[in-house]
Amino acid sequence: MLALRWIFWLTAAVLLLCIPLTGERFYIYLAIQVLVLALFAMGFNLLFGYTGLLSFGHAGFYAAGAYAAGLLLMRTPLSLLSSILGGALFAGALGAVIGFFCVRRTRIYFAMLTLAFGMMVYALAFDWRSVTGGDDGLIGIPRGALWLPGLGAVKMDALWAYYYLVLAITAAGVGVIHRVVHSPFGLVLQGIRENENRAAFAGVPVRRYRLAAFALSSFISGLAGAMVAPLENTVAPTVAHWTKSAAPVLATLLGGIHTFSGPMVGALLFYLIQEFIERLTEYWLLGFGLVLLILVLGFRGGVVGYYEAHLRPALWRRFS
Amino acid sequence: MLEQLFYQGMIGLSLAMFLWLVAAGLTLIFGVLGVLNFAHGSLYMLGAYLSYSAVRILGLDFWVGLAVGPLLVALAGGLMERFFIRRVYHIDEAYQLLLTFAFILIFADLVKWVWGPIYQSAPVPGALGGAIPIFGRPFPVYNLFVIALGPLVGLGLWFLLEKSWWGRTIRAAAADREMAAAIGVDVPRLFTAVFMFGSWLGGVGGALGIPIRTVSPGMAEDYIIQAFAVAVIGGLGNLKGAFFGSILIGLVNAYGHVYAPVFELAFMYILMAAILLVRPQGLFGTS
Repeated sequence: MLALRWIFWLTAAVLLLCIPLTGERFYIYLAIQVLVLALFAMGFNLLFGYTGLLSFGHAGFYAAGAYAAGLLLMRTPLSLLSSILGGALFAGALGAVIGFFCVRRTRIYFAMLTLAFGMMVYALAFDWRSVTGGDDGLIGIPRGALWLPGLGAVKMDALWAYYYLVLAITAAGVGVIHRVVHSPFGLVLQGIRENENRAAFAGVPVRRYRLAAFALSSFISGLAGAMVAPLENTVAPTVAHWTKSAAPVLATLLGGIHTFSGPMVGALLFYLIQEFIERLTEYWLLGFGLVLLILVLGFRGGVVGYYEAHLRPALWRRFS
Repeated sequence: MLEQLFYQGMIGLSLAMFLWLVAAGLTLIFGVLGVLNFAHGSLYMLGAYLSYSAVRILGLDFWVGLAVGPLLVALAGGLMERFFIRRVYHIDEAYQLLLTFAFILIFADLVKWVWGPIYQSAPVPGALGGAIPIFGRPFPVYNLFVIALGPLVGLGLWFLLEKSWWGRTIRAAAADREMAAAIGVDVPRLFTAVFMFGSWLGGVGGALGIPIRTVSPGMAEDYIIQAFAVAVIGGLGNLKGAFFGSILIGLVNAYGHVYAPVFELAFMYILMAAILLVRPQGLFGTS
């Protein structure tokens, strides 16, 4: 059982490291998109899968990370990595403030609150022209150089170079989430998800735990967003719109909400399905709508959940 | 100054009545079925497109379009409830939201596929064309018609739910599904009927808007959030609240547009969040 898991992770790592060797800009760019969505979905699922809170406002934190990183790169002499981290920290701080209010409600009311706060971020990005550039957004964000100890400034203009930075940051983010969900803190979160009354009776300060999960989830989502600003060189307010919260939701459900690697597998599937549908028709939203219908009606464990419940036991029986 | 205030107020009221028709369906469905229908804005959009087609493409009279479009929307809503939403009543609300969210994506592309991505609109029906002066400024007659129609719909809904046999059955099923079923109410069929009726209301809102609002594929996404804000401010599931909530949001949008354009967008969301935090049962709900 353990061996299967190691084979999976090793294969994934080798494949990810080899992608730039293809030399195709298209594949490298697509791989960056997958990594960013994977991290975004992992951050979202920290709240949905592990804590049991469905947020429709996560596009707001993703956008906060992207805008803050973009502004730091444009207006300050901070280096690339510091700007990306700065963007994520800003999103995390915003998440702590917004989360302070949101964790006061649960279920549908929580979903509505996060929606309202997320759209406030959108409104702010749209209307606060002097800082955010209004509906044009931030234009001409420089990618800057990466300061590495011993090497000095490393140029990140080449897409493959930036790919490795995104890969490293995503891996670090996933590592942090792995550490968190497997810690006593992570177990308490899952306990709250299963039965919040029982957790409260056991002396768990439920709201404080939910707030911590909310802030961390915002930080990770902001980190994902911050990596996009120097990639695209622009950030527009549409990234904050609530409809953009759909991508991490879909990726998470595709992969499986109650598994660790689900959102990452889901992010890959998300782009594979999108590429596949786009070759047939321009109406890929329709395809995703149908996929989401099927997932909700009969396949709520997602692909990784299905693998763990049905395929792995079968494999195990055959090979042991 | 005063004229401007009054004029903007009238604009706000006509915005409010469109919102009311959409929020009424959303609220009714949530109040009875317990499902918050994310795709309700899409049904509104569908109503607009279907009526638009009846008027512009088939060349039918505006009033025939207004009758036909929403009926087709009710049919679409009925199919949605019967084959999809019915299957998720018993599971986590998060999945109910996600299921209706899937329909937003589906309807968005279906509409683009059938009608194309461009903005459309239809002419104002002859009898309601033109404008009459209010404080010296011309105000469209059609908007006055909408302002008058909104409260009439509200009155009709109140009569239906509070005074009719059908309304008593609906209230009984909303209060206790099992008990209603035990005394012989066909609850599944009733739920389908309520969902169709709520969809019809949304469709009417969309169809009524075609002469003065543009019909476009993006209208659903913006409108559903406004309808949510209204439903939350009035109290989820509370029809009276939805009526006054619509007026509040309509006025906020109309005055905000003129007096505080920078905060126009944000103000509605701030109001929505504040109500959810301070008074989750809504301005008109009892806890």
